[in-house]
Amino acid sequence: MPDPSSAIVVENLVKSYAGTTAVNNISFNVAQGEILGFLGPNGAGKSTTMRILTGFLPATSGRVEICGHSVAGAPEAVKRVIGYMPENNPLPEDMRVVEYLYYRGRLKEMNRKRLGLRIDELLELCDLKRVRHRIIGKLSKGFRQRIGIAEAILAEPPVIIMDEPTIGLDPHQILIVRDLISRLRGRMTVIISSHILPEIEMTCDRVMIINQGRVVAAGEPAALKRELFGRARYDVALAGESADLAAVLSEIDSTLEITSETMADNDGFRSFVLNADTDEDFSESLLTHLARDERFRLRALSRAHPTLEDVFLAATKRTWDIIDSSPAVVTPNP
Amino acid sequence: MRHFLTILGHEIRMLLVNPSTYIAAVIFLAFMGSIFAGLLTDYASAPQQVSPAVAFFELFWVPVIFIVPLLTMKSISEERRLGTLETLLTTPISTAEVVLGKYGAAYFLYFSLWSATAGFFYILHRFTHDAFLLDIGPLIGGYVFIAVSGFFFVAIGIFASSLSRNQAVAGILGVTVLFALIIGTQLVSGLSVLNQELFAPIKSSLEYARVFTHLEDFSRGIIDTRQLLFYISGTTLTLIFSILGLEAKLLHS
Repeated sequence: MPDPSSAIVVENLVKSYAGTTAVNNISFNVAQGEILGFLGPNGAGKSTTMRILTGFLPATSGRVEICGHSVAGAPEAVKRVIGYMPENNPLPEDMRVVEYLYYRGRLKEMNRKRLGLRIDELLELCDLKRVRHRIIGKLSKGFRQRIGIAEAILAEPPVIIMDEPTIGLDPHQILIVRDLISRLRGRMTVIISSHILPEIEMTCDRVMIINQGRVVAAGEPAALKRELFGRARYDVALAGESADLAAVLSEIDSTLEITSETMADNDGFRSFVLNADTDEDFSESLLTHLARDERFRLRALSRAHPTLEDVFLAATKRTWDIIDSSPAVVTPNP
Repeated sequence: MRHFLTILGHEIRMLLVNPSTYIAAVIFLAFMGSIFAGLLTDYASAPQQVSPAVAFFELFWVPVIFIVPLLTMKSISEERRLGTLETLLTTPISTAEVVLGKYGAAYFLYFSLWSATAGFFYILHRFTHDAFLLDIGPLIGGYVFIAVSGFFFVAIGIFASSLSRNQAVAGILGVTVLFALIIGTQLVSGLSVLNQELFAPIKSSLEYARVFTHLEDFSRGIIDTRQLLFYISGTTLTLIFSILGLEAKLLHS
């Protein structure tokens, strides 16, 4: 029976190839109608995880359920509820756009009448009307990419899995694709992977960062930033003693503290990074306090806005540290 | 079954819009036509013992060895090379349906090409009205042989295509296996070493698998169930190996 709350359930998923573990004990849930972004450096195991979700690759161990159907136990049922766009978006070279969509629709068991209407609708939605009778092999990357997306959502499956849908697109086309994906929100469960981080941040309800086959951070983009960087971060360039600075900071707010500082440069200035554990903005009070105080000379002060890029870098760096300190964890499970 | 028909229809369509199909067809018909014309010259110059149909089908192996790999080498290796096999197998289709659909389309084209050669005999019949030249028995026998043996030969081509993602490798592999099956059995069974009593079982089994023996029997109108079984079991086994081979490749991809 389909589970109403979670469209995708992944538990302790492991995939090892000869000698290497590509996916190492990943567990996550995706609620219905949610858009999940998959982030990770190259070779992190994103594509492998997605392929296992589609039933194309068998997992070494673990459990994957999509809309209540087990991928290992009922692959046919799973394939009926997913739309999948693989990495690099492979398309046949010598078919026309409409022919291809029609063929795919028939393979996905859509009836002829509905398929015709749906193809017209998709050509409109994906801005492919101009090229409907062109041969796919002769189309540019942007068109091909949109054909791949149109194909994935063709049968209106409840779950859509897209591996790097925006790769190789120009900014204008990225915008179109982003709109397209946002339009699916609430109706379909979507998993997308991407390297373009602002992209993920804008379209996804939740992100999951994986590295070396394991989940290193997961949650809403804002929550992730808070987890990794505290609630507020300030960069200050200042000449003076750090002990004095700490004293001033505790006067302003008890949670405000110095997290890092650099060596003094020729003029005696140092860069400090300050963290606070509240959402309140201390920029103004910091500025007035530090500028008035004669012990300090203030050169710059700014409140930092960590991007998802920072989160990504910090999170992946964290795993490298973990892996470097304990080499035993990377050995494959027998 | 439903998907099988979808894939079959699609594959036949793709073959019919593909220029290489027409190149293969032209080469095949030009070659068979020149053989046929050569035969007729022989028949015109001196009386012959066998009917032209028998002599014509005796050369069946030349086009088979080259045309079958040409028609089949692309089918699965191209899908694997482009990666479209991944999109194909993430729809509710089994690997068996994919392999059988492609096999069916290749066989359809193979047999259509051979059917076109029936035109030669029709023309001969129109202009000669000679009962000896158009002996209907060997003619039907010959086409039945082509149809039955084609099941196996095309399956071998599909199997070769499932082994490599490189079309050229698949093609050469197909040529090699077909050569070994058709010419190899003929050559080996002719070796005098095999006349020793020790090799008698090998000789008899080779005789059983010799494709030319089958052709002779079919042309004489003998349809032996052992020979039918040879081709049908060979076809089934080869197709099962293709399906398993494809699945094994996916497991380790």
